[in-house]
Amino acid sequence: MTTATSTDFHDKSGSTLKEWIFTTDHKRVGVLYLVGAIAAFIVAGIMALGIRLEQMSPGESGLINYFVLDFAKTMPTGTAYNVALYFHGAAMILAFLIPALTGFAANYLVPLMIGAPDVAFPRINALSLWLFWAGILVALMTFFVTDKPDIMWTGYPPYSVTTTANTALYVFTVHLIGFSSILGAVNFLVTIIYMRAPGMGWDQMNIFVWTTFAAFMIQIVFVPVLASAVTLLLFDKYMGTGFFDPTRGGDVLLYQNLFWFYSHPAVYVIFLPAVGLLFDIIATQARNHVFNYKACVYGGIIGILAITGEVWIHHLYIAGMPDWLRIGMMVSTLLISVPVGLLLISLWGTMYKGAIHYNVSMWYAVVCLFLILVGGLTGIPLAITSMTVHLSETSFVHAHFHFIMGLMATFAVFSAVYHWFPKITGRSADSAIAKWALWIKVIGTQVTFWPLFIIGVQGMPRRYWDYAMFPQFETYHTIATAGAFLIAIGVILMVGGWVWSAFYGPKTDSNPWKSKSIEWTHAESPPGPGNFPKPVAVDPYWTPYNYIEWDHDKY
Amino acid sequence: MLKRFETLITAGAAYLLMAGIAVAGTPHAAAPGGIKNPAHEWNIVWEEILWDLWIVGGIFAIVAIWLLVKFRAKSPDQVGSAPPLNLDKALAWALVPAALFMADDFLLAAKGWSLWNLQRTVPANAMEVKVTGNQWYFEYDYGNGVTDTDLTVPVGRPVVLRMTSNDVIHSFGLTEYRVKEDIMPGRITHIWFYPDKPVETAVVCVEFCGNSHSQMTNAVKAVPQADFDAWMAKKLEKKKPAAAAQPAAPAAAEPAKTQTP
Repeated sequence: MTTATSTDFHDKSGSTLKEWIFTTDHKRVGVLYLVGAIAAFIVAGIMALGIRLEQMSPGESGLINYFVLDFAKTMPTGTAYNVALYFHGAAMILAFLIPALTGFAANYLVPLMIGAPDVAFPRINALSLWLFWAGILVALMTFFVTDKPDIMWTGYPPYSVTTTANTALYVFTVHLIGFSSILGAVNFLVTIIYMRAPGMGWDQMNIFVWTTFAAFMIQIVFVPVLASAVTLLLFDKYMGTGFFDPTRGGDVLLYQNLFWFYSHPAVYVIFLPAVGLLFDIIATQARNHVFNYKACVYGGIIGILAITGEVWIHHLYIAGMPDWLRIGMMVSTLLISVPVGLLLISLWGTMYKGAIHYNVSMWYAVVCLFLILVGGLTGIPLAITSMTVHLSETSFVHAHFHFIMGLMATFAVFSAVYHWFPKITGRSADSAIAKWALWIKVIGTQVTFWPLFIIGVQGMPRRYWDYAMFPQFETYHTIATAGAFLIAIGVILMVGGWVWSAFYGPKTDSNPWKSKSIEWTHAESPPGPGNFPKPVAVDPYWTPYNYIEWDHDKY
Repeated sequence: MLKRFETLITAGAAYLLMAGIAVAGTPHAAAPGGIKNPAHEWNIVWEEILWDLWIVGGIFAIVAIWLLVKFRAKSPDQVGSAPPLNLDKALAWALVPAALFMADDFLLAAKGWSLWNLQRTVPANAMEVKVTGNQWYFEYDYGNGVTDTDLTVPVGRPVVLRMTSNDVIHSFGLTEYRVKEDIMPGRITHIWFYPDKPVETAVVCVEFCGNSHSQMTNAVKAVPQADFDAWMAKKLEKKKPAAAAQPAAPAAAEPAKTQTP
């Protein structure tokens, strides 16, 4: 029995296209996930610009059709707008956030953090990656078919069944990316359970490894439910079944229950790894250990895992569910604040008596601390049933989940790219332009989403391109649209900076942050095939955060 | 040993506080006589929740800024010096915040539940209107043969809407009255609201329903009772000739028929 070392892999480290396409190396799989996720982010972001332009004033802008490549304007404005909205939502969640966190970050970092040469099933890992890319291609077909899907990322029947649009593209996108997620879950759960470096106990793992573990636990339990929901939708639309058709004994609410039974936990598939990244970035940049590690893991992460499947009715507060159920899930939803609160206290505490070294990655993390507060706290009124009967389906909801997912989770991904950029490329992406890009985005996002909170409370409905009945909201929408273009400028600067830095950035040493985590201490930058020159083993008192020696008899 | 007790006492006190807050937030009996307007109650609870959010968010934000400024590295090689937590402190830092968060949760839940009971208990004297959603308009049926595509209601009387849809899911969103509920084929849902002053507002469809979703709206007119009665009388009158005009002959003939034998 021998352990793989880097020399065994030298013949597989070429950089031809073929070697990238057929790679089974977790690091390359991770990078390819990132490329796909950022591509999806950019296309979905362009859709967002179209949406904001259309919402800038009531009535037609006449521009939205161009955004969905309908140059002949065969579609009415409303439908073209709905196509843009569908693609924006579906792509941002299924093709950007989830793949960036459980695809890119998990693939690149987890084996390195636990001292493993690769994931447990490298070929299944490659299959996951290519199912994801296939999902992206099917999603992109939206723009090239005549019956473009206009059913929102939620795809509620009966509309998604009775519409003339192509619901199948949506279903197949979910199938492909869902299958990719299930395979990824099997792979990473096995990797984390069985492939930790000798000596590494559960309480010695990086918080990001824990959050990835929790996220994939959620995926493996809940993704099949989503897959079943959209498959029944496919049967209803194309095979004449009546699962969601009340005239034939079906029930329209069945779909919403199945959909949100997955899609609420999916929020934590995004939230948990994003927070895990923040923990590792902040602990490293503050050169400090995670505050109250066990409360963070067993109270915070496992607490969320325990509660996540019992709250989905809060997406159905106004959907016509029984009154008692809406109250029951109001209480369970509010109780999410307990594990989330424990996570935040640990995150804040990690800075206490630290030595915070500020760089662009840390600044992104700092911004995330404030985004998490706004996004998390605005969820509290939405957890309360009687508040939600007014706030539901308004731009208050829209702003709330954009703060937590669209901004916090996204900024956490960007922070991670900067933090591990020296690991991935051997070069630094930190520069004045990177910082400019950050602050332009910070201003842009606040200018975009705060007006939406305000008009949301006053009743501005979501998913509206025309709001002739609310002319008083035009100023707010105009301001929000200006903000969206600021964000776009920031994103162009940031992504451009990444590409430039990957080739021409200043070279760094293998551990520029003087981190104690295995991916920095034991591997080269970038790590070779097989990851570690020598097999990794850790002693019983090792942690990824042991910046100072503790008196182990005392603690 | 004593230290262990200190933790327990602190945590115990926090849980007692939690219970106290939950009791304090428990709904009191509704004021006798008169109708509580759920829309006004919504505004009151909303303000209380906003205070809660600003306080919790403010504490976290101020602490974050203090930590970020106070513990910035003074030299490139400086490392953190936080001592690890012993078991007592670790437990206290988990149980006490958990108790405080739960206390706040139960306070909010109690407030929310109280308002919810008001929102879902339809007053006995409510006027009932049937609503049907279509792509892309609402239809109103007053139960006496009068139908309309705008909603007109008298001021000073609660209105209950029994709602369903002919095609896809819509949602009946009354911004002014702080209430909304989905309407869908195969089910009947309901909401009620209390128009307490004459005002013309709009209902909007707030569940995505296709191309003209954002134009699915109509006026909601709350008018004084006298005006409402006049409007209803006019509607009934308009309806009568219309109803009488077509089956005029049989309608006229019928009584004659019954009388003949």
